[in-house]
Amino acid sequence: MIEFRNASKSYDDGTLAVSDLDLTAASHEITVLVGSSGCGKTTMLRMVNRLVTPTSGQVLIDDVDVADRNPVELRRSIGYVMQNSGLLPHRTTVDNIATVPVLRGTSVRDARKHALELMEIVGLDRSMARRYPWQLSGGQQQRVGVARGLAADPNILLMDEPFGAVDPIVRADLQRELLRLQAELGKTILFVTHDIAEAIALGDKIVILMKGGRIAQQGSPAEIMASPKDDFVTSFLGLDGARSLHVDGHLVVDPSGRPVGRLA
Amino acid sequence: MSYLVAALQWLSDPANMSGPNGWQARMAEHLWYTAVATVVACVIGIPLGYAVGHAHRFRTVIVSSTGAARALPTLGVVTLFGLLLGIGLDAPMLAFVLLALPSVLAGAYAGVEGAPRDSVDAARAMGMTEWQILTRVEAPLGMPLLLGGVRSAVLQVLATATLAAYVGAGGLGRFLFLGLKTQNYPMMVASSLVVMGLAIVLDLAFEVVDRLVRRSVPAGAPAS
Amino acid sequence: MTWILDNVGTIAGATWAHVLLALPAIVISFVVAVPVAWLASRFRRSRFILLLFAGLIYAIPSLPLFIILPLVLGTSVRSLVNVVAALGLYGVALMVRYAADALDAVSSDTVLAATAMGYGPWRRFFAVQLPLAGPALLAGLRVVAVSTVSLVPVSALLGVNSLGLLFTDGFQRGIFAEVLAGIVATVVVAVVVDLGLVLLGRLLMPWERPAMMRGLRREVEDQAMVTA
Repeated sequence: MIEFRNASKSYDDGTLAVSDLDLTAASHEITVLVGSSGCGKTTMLRMVNRLVTPTSGQVLIDDVDVADRNPVELRRSIGYVMQNSGLLPHRTTVDNIATVPVLRGTSVRDARKHALELMEIVGLDRSMARRYPWQLSGGQQQRVGVARGLAADPNILLMDEPFGAVDPIVRADLQRELLRLQAELGKTILFVTHDIAEAIALGDKIVILMKGGRIAQQGSPAEIMASPKDDFVTSFLGLDGARSLHVDGHLVVDPSGRPVGRLA
Repeated sequence: MSYLVAALQWLSDPANMSGPNGWQARMAEHLWYTAVATVVACVIGIPLGYAVGHAHRFRTVIVSSTGAARALPTLGVVTLFGLLLGIGLDAPMLAFVLLALPSVLAGAYAGVEGAPRDSVDAARAMGMTEWQILTRVEAPLGMPLLLGGVRSAVLQVLATATLAAYVGAGGLGRFLFLGLKTQNYPMMVASSLVVMGLAIVLDLAFEVVDRLVRRSVPAGAPAS
Repeated sequence: MTWILDNVGTIAGATWAHVLLALPAIVISFVVAVPVAWLASRFRRSRFILLLFAGLIYAIPSLPLFIILPLVLGTSVRSLVNVVAALGLYGVALMVRYAADALDAVSSDTVLAATAMGYGPWRRFFAVQLPLAGPALLAGLRVVAVSTVSLVPVSALLGVNSLGLLFTDGFQRGIFAEVLAGIVATVVVAVVVDLGLVLLGRLLMPWERPAMMRGLRREVEDQAMVTA
């Protein structure tokens, strides 16, 4: 379980990225932080593995304050997946995946063997093993990124817009894979995105954020969709015109007659 | 330390300072060589570099010729011309121009060739002629790089000009070679200090000009 | 032509002496410049000072430096230590800028990813930043190597043995072929050292992507052309 207690982060120039955040991300669930740029969601994520130190307040993992833990050890125990995958350009696919286990002292040989298994788990062909990142497609790179995040078998996975840079079809594919993996592995995942559709597709719990790192509303996707708390959430969900949607044959259309969905 | 004091004494001695063989006259001579060689190199190098850079052609030729020029030992070039043209100023001057040319050419070329494609395309789309594109877009944007080229040319010639005395011309190198021959350390150190001082002052002057130019070309000016 | 054939031994000896002066200076340039560049890229404020200082050293003409440096080092003018130190000083001054740019150019995302995975600062520098800066460092070192090789001959004016002696001797005795042979041999040494560095880079950096290399080489070429 990850818990933010009154966590704030302000920068030297006075901007407040996160203010007084109270939030709990339950174990074995996907908690999605969603908001537009400047809402502090990446900062929140980075507080967990101490890439960012809160100006005040605490972040706890299973009731232990991360500030009391050695940052390097802490980071090796938490999986991290970022946009553009952050792969090391001078390492092959297997060696990228094996990075954290090797840092933790596993022999290179064992780490590579395990990396090959992980490649299979995230749906990467073994023929990719010896390739360098630039020889992979965007979707493949993200799969390597996910495999690398999982390599040390961490309880916690931090994902910072991991699928933000791939095209919509690949993104949908990667989202399905993530849900399949999560059904098997049951990690505690903190997932950051600016795409509300992605949040609804993946989140057990969604946290909608406003500028300055304040929570607008949190809850399960169904709860939030059913009763958006205010106008900000309503418009963020894209529900402003929703009351006047109507069905035309198989299509759902808005007042001007544009199709916005289809009945299953 | 004692050498430094002796050198300063040598410099302040009126007998060494003024007159046709004084260090002030030699310094003026040294700067004169540098100026002439640089101007000649600019007159040849800038139009050529602009033309080739604007056409986006012969990159390999320019790159490899400047690379080759870097590999050329300056002393070798000066003595070779000395043998070919005889004792005097012709040989070293030709060598200076030859050694200064690649830097100027490269600066002019790289500045124009490296101008952002988008800006050039936009200028063409707005109806500028090729001449207008060169003079109003590419040349101003490439000014910092051209200046960088001229700067290295000046410093290169200033350094090489000390070798001119070896083949019978003047300049501050006179004292260096005379000092070497007669083991006159104060004289050598003194003239070395003057040459170093000139180099540092000129380099700093270029640094100032560079900053002014960069301020007037704020966006897209390629770093040098 | 006959002079060259009659003096192959002299040329070979001078070439060898030349290499023995240039190589240590090139190694020193790299080993000293990288930590200095690390300082410059790590601490923004020191960057300006360090690079300005390096630029000023590089601006100093070589013959005066060869004469002044022994006073600082306490060596004799003809000492090999003096020559290598002077060459090394120029090499460092030139290399610092390239190395600082090379370290700066390492993607901050990659460095962040390495930190997030639990690399400590030292390990991150040696396992991630340094290898990733490798291609740009190599490109800079090639410029430094060629400049160093072509600078060695000036030391012949002080009487130090190198290919430069072919220039002074050839000029004094009026042997055109000797001077020409010296120039050609110097350029050959520069080209061979350069090729050696390229091969070394291929061995040490097998991950290099062709396209990236081309873009990078272009950048360094542009910079090198102008600072030549």
